[in-house]
Amino acid sequence: MTQQILIAVLILGALGIFFAVVLYIVAQKFKVVEDPLIDEVAEVLPGANCGGCGKAGCRAFAEACVAQHSLDGLRCAPGGDAVAAKIAALLGCVVEQGEPMVAVVRCNPANCGDKRKSNYDGLRSCAFENTVYTGESGCPFGCLGCGDCVAACQFNAIKMGENGVPVVDADKCTACGACAKACPRKIIELRNKGKKDRRVYVSCVNREKGAVAMKSCANACIACGKCAKVCPMEAITVEGNVSYIDYKKCIACRKCVTECPTKAIHDVGFPAPAVKPAPKPEAQAAPAAEKVEIPVAEKVEVKS
Amino acid sequence: MGGVHPEENKISNDAAIEVMPVGKQMVVLMNQHLGAPATPVVQKGDKVKVGQLIGEAQTFMCANVHSPVSGTVLKVDTCKDAFGLAKPAVYINVEGDEWMESIDRTPDIKRECTLEPKEIVAKLKEMGIVGLGGATFPAHIKYSIPEGKKAEYLIINAAECEPYLTSDYRVMMEHAEEVCIGVSILRKALGVPNAYIGIESNKPLAIAKMQETARQFEGIIIEPLKVKYPQGAEKQLINAVTGRRVGSGKLPIDSGCVVSNLGTAFAVYEAIQKNKPLIENILTVTGKELPSQHNYIVRIGTTYNEIIAHSIGQLPETTGKVISGGTMMGKAVVNLDAPTVKGNSSVLVIGEKEARRNPETNCIRCGKCASVCPMGLEPYMFSLLVKNNRIEEAKAHNILDCIECGCCFFSCPANKPLTDEIRLGKNKVRAMMAAKK
Repeated sequence: MTQQILIAVLILGALGIFFAVVLYIVAQKFKVVEDPLIDEVAEVLPGANCGGCGKAGCRAFAEACVAQHSLDGLRCAPGGDAVAAKIAALLGCVVEQGEPMVAVVRCNPANCGDKRKSNYDGLRSCAFENTVYTGESGCPFGCLGCGDCVAACQFNAIKMGENGVPVVDADKCTACGACAKACPRKIIELRNKGKKDRRVYVSCVNREKGAVAMKSCANACIACGKCAKVCPMEAITVEGNVSYIDYKKCIACRKCVTECPTKAIHDVGFPAPAVKPAPKPEAQAAPAAEKVEIPVAEKVEVKS
Repeated sequence: MGGVHPEENKISNDAAIEVMPVGKQMVVLMNQHLGAPATPVVQKGDKVKVGQLIGEAQTFMCANVHSPVSGTVLKVDTCKDAFGLAKPAVYINVEGDEWMESIDRTPDIKRECTLEPKEIVAKLKEMGIVGLGGATFPAHIKYSIPEGKKAEYLIINAAECEPYLTSDYRVMMEHAEEVCIGVSILRKALGVPNAYIGIESNKPLAIAKMQETARQFEGIIIEPLKVKYPQGAEKQLINAVTGRRVGSGKLPIDSGCVVSNLGTAFAVYEAIQKNKPLIENILTVTGKELPSQHNYIVRIGTTYNEIIAHSIGQLPETTGKVISGGTMMGKAVVNLDAPTVKGNSSVLVIGEKEARRNPETNCIRCGKCASVCPMGLEPYMFSLLVKNNRIEEAKAHNILDCIECGCCFFSCPANKPLTDEIRLGKNKVRAMMAAKK
């Protein structure tokens, strides 16, 4: 009896030692040498795997950083400068401070709501609706309102507004760009947050000729070029029947906002003008902002 | 395999084909076919006659466009189509009704065709003939058989399995002889011994009429088909008539078959024998709530509003949707000021109640969609794969084989928009394949 137990223990013990040796040799032979830095960098990253950097996820971003030993061309938008500084410290390189950015929805919600020209009851997907027809607003360039951007946002920073045009929460937005990628009509753009969170942009991407664009939407950019003429910084270009403000040149003087005949240019973050009982002709800033509809997109009180 | 039985609703069956008068202004879109738009060859101020070439096919996948009216070119610009999208178009102010001299307008039926197969195909191209079954595939490309492949069967689709549509039925009843001549011409172009005309057996009068006429022609066989939707779909029709199957990702010609619509055969007759380009559609105006049902010959470029005004005066108040095409595969028209284009087969008015989709609920895995799919696919799975962006897997499960017939959505007890999801998935798969190239 004891002999049998002994044999079994010996055989199993010998087998165990044999396999341990095999495993050790194989493990040595196929050892994956990984830079421990990758783990450290990955630890610093937010870990949302939003894909905003263009990599498959945070780990892939960390690998790319460590591989090139610098942050050139790599930026984790959600992490911002704080994370960039930490990574730079780990890698021992210097990093330029990026300008904070925010997603901007370039479509005017004023035209939608009850003014819709048709009812869409197909699949709730902008990517699909875009292949079917112009969308409920009748504008072939306008927001479709199915919320592909809302679904794409990993930070809960974008929500559907009352008029069916999405609204960005600038505080939560990390400018990862996932919403801009999800939008089939390229309405969402990443722009700089601007000084004191003040920014000016053309809230329309309609490339139709002026008269046609006006039929689609009362607030469409008609490419009249008035904004470009009035701009002191030459920041505005009119190309392909739509005006565009280069945020790198824009000083947010808001001359274009006043000039725009269709109120397609929006200003955001500026203090609401005080209500004046009798508007004086000398008043420079007040008349400009008085009629401008501030988009629901930002947390600014709408002045009527 | 698969298929469904939607309510037939062929209520305009007995309405003889009438001729729709020409309006004051015509807008002719330059892409009325699958492929690139034709290039306008007229300018503002030019005088045009009926049948004159105004848009030329300059790329491979393209078809000629001819003027449906006589008059002066107002401008060459863009025009919003039925779905609100701007397309290049030629605007013509109608003056009189002067036809090109080459077009034979006599009512005589011309039987003899002396053209060689290659000449026939060249003439199809010249006359801007496209497939009138819905896809508007340029006919000259379909009838130019690629090298190394051989056509053995010519199949003419007269199943008209879509609910409501009756234009093909009326053509069979009124122009059976012309259709048979058109089929003979196509048979000659391909050099095949026999042509089969597939007709669903719920149209006994049409079958009798066609059988009687076909007896006078060599090599035309009328094939009564089982009634089910989508019997008229290319691959299903090939299977029903020849017993052959078209493999995944293959074209009908890979199985030795060429399929054309009955309307195309009629257009071919007019183009080859009468020199008349494709400038007219045969179109059904129908709907349960309409005071009268109609079938019309309509010049291309007539707007939906003009057709409605002439046929029924105005839309009933209860109208929910106006559809171009049948209820299964047709598309809702959002811009009634849009001109009709080649291949439009109906103006279908659906009431408010029927037009709405029922609210979507959860999939209960009943498998109905898979059992009715005529291509043997699994729509419920594509729905999940597309939702979760698993595009590679969707491709591996042959999502591109879907013919978008709508059977899955039609039969789904949870009202899931399966067909929409699959179409989105197909777009994503194509985008992925294009990105890889």
